[in-house]
Amino acid sequence: VTDARAPVIAGAAEGSLGVTGKTILELQAEATVAALDDAGLSLRDVDGLFTTGVSRFSGPQVAEYLGILPTWIDATMAGGASYEMFVGHAAEAIRSGRCEVALISYGNNQRSARSRKLGGVVDEHAPDAQFEMPYGPLSPISLYAMAAQRHMHEFGTTSEQLAEVAVAARAWALRNPKAFKHDAGPITVDDVLASPLVSDPLHALDCCLITDAGGAIVMTTAERARDLPKPPIKVLGHGETTTNVGMSQIPDLTATGARVAGERAYAMAGLGPQDVDVAQLYDSFTITVVLELEALGFCGRGEAGEFVTKGRVAPGGDFPMNTSGGGLSYTHPGIFGIFLLIEAVRQLRGECGERQVPNARTALCHGTGGILSTHSTVILGVDR
Amino acid sequence: VTERPIAAADHCTQEWWDATREERFLVQRCVACGTRQHYPRNICTACGATELVYDQATGRATVYSHTTVRRAPHPAFTPPYVVALVRLEEGPVVLSNIVGAGQVRCDMPVRLVWEDLPDGRKLPLFTGE
Repeated sequence: VTDARAPVIAGAAEGSLGVTGKTILELQAEATVAALDDAGLSLRDVDGLFTTGVSRFSGPQVAEYLGILPTWIDATMAGGASYEMFVGHAAEAIRSGRCEVALISYGNNQRSARSRKLGGVVDEHAPDAQFEMPYGPLSPISLYAMAAQRHMHEFGTTSEQLAEVAVAARAWALRNPKAFKHDAGPITVDDVLASPLVSDPLHALDCCLITDAGGAIVMTTAERARDLPKPPIKVLGHGETTTNVGMSQIPDLTATGARVAGERAYAMAGLGPQDVDVAQLYDSFTITVVLELEALGFCGRGEAGEFVTKGRVAPGGDFPMNTSGGGLSYTHPGIFGIFLLIEAVRQLRGECGERQVPNARTALCHGTGGILSTHSTVILGVDR
Repeated sequence: VTERPIAAADHCTQEWWDATREERFLVQRCVACGTRQHYPRNICTACGATELVYDQATGRATVYSHTTVRRAPHPAFTPPYVVALVRLEEGPVVLSNIVGAGQVRCDMPVRLVWEDLPDGRKLPLFTGE
């Protein structure tokens, strides 16, 4: 007996990427149309909507723009982890019968709109406005910089090792025609170290891109997906947690909430890190990946600096990771999470051309949001 | 000179900011469980109790981590300057600037100093021992 209501991903697609001049809602609608087309479904099938980052009323705003009347809405705003959370939340809603077809959509025009600010967005009534913003941290960069500094202090991690993450991401992007840096050529460790320091020890090339982009995922039941064109991608496990909003409130700079999120996802899937064929780990900064690799159990605590060297995470290495080129070289429109999922789906379907990981059957996506604030892991699988 | 971006004190933080005028750095302590926390709140983050009192911090602290900021997020700041997470002797970690300390490193001891704000409040900063 098959599990008829098992949640699956039936469609995944980007809309426009790069410098588009388009609005957030246009980017969302383009991606939605593309993902529904990929799934073989239409807007009329959608009864669950999962979106954020549009406006104060993101869920209703997107529903109105698309002309849908969803009966299940989730607009959780947890920064970069939101979209891995949405997959987990949509999976529960589908399994329990609260919705049949879930649309998970995102769009951001921050490069065209020049809406990104070095100091981040400050809510005047939040405690940070009294206790942290007076000191002039760059947000989020300075918190990740302090995590890198502490990791270097505790474990001897080097700037050269962090740079390897950016070098590998670029090498993958050269194999992804949609990547923002596809035609920009390779970079070396020396290139990263020679790029300007922004917040020590992070250089400009340790930081993700700033781009526009839209992306969407369509989820439904295994039963419904049997009649759809693409092989269904099963949601095997999900976990999430939140640890802090303020910089001073983080429990530990080098042991993040990714451990809890990952453990819960592995337990639900009945899998462990050794079972993952391809990993999509949120690379807002090079240090983010180092912290995720350790917290998710791909290596021991303090070992990720060494782990990423010698081309292990680059094309041809034995740990295929961020195969799209990641936030560092493919796209980064404020929240990268949905693009981790889109690439994982494509890898599991075998659609990735020259960057395809052979026989990829299990993928792990991990979103990290805010200033190491929010953490969500999704484990996906495909039957072959 | 452009002033630092800093929000006004509110109902929950007024007493804390008032103490800075006398160069006293207050740290909340839960009467029920003894846990210390910063920033000020009306609930204990360890046990959920709501009776909290203030103790005066010694001003001794160590650097948990630090970063030199190379680009200004606001006209008040002139890079490069040091932003740090500093662990108070009492336990809580605070964000601050480290001034006049030369080379900053993790785990180095620092001590509290004060900067005048235009409205009479003072802002806690840290410097080398």
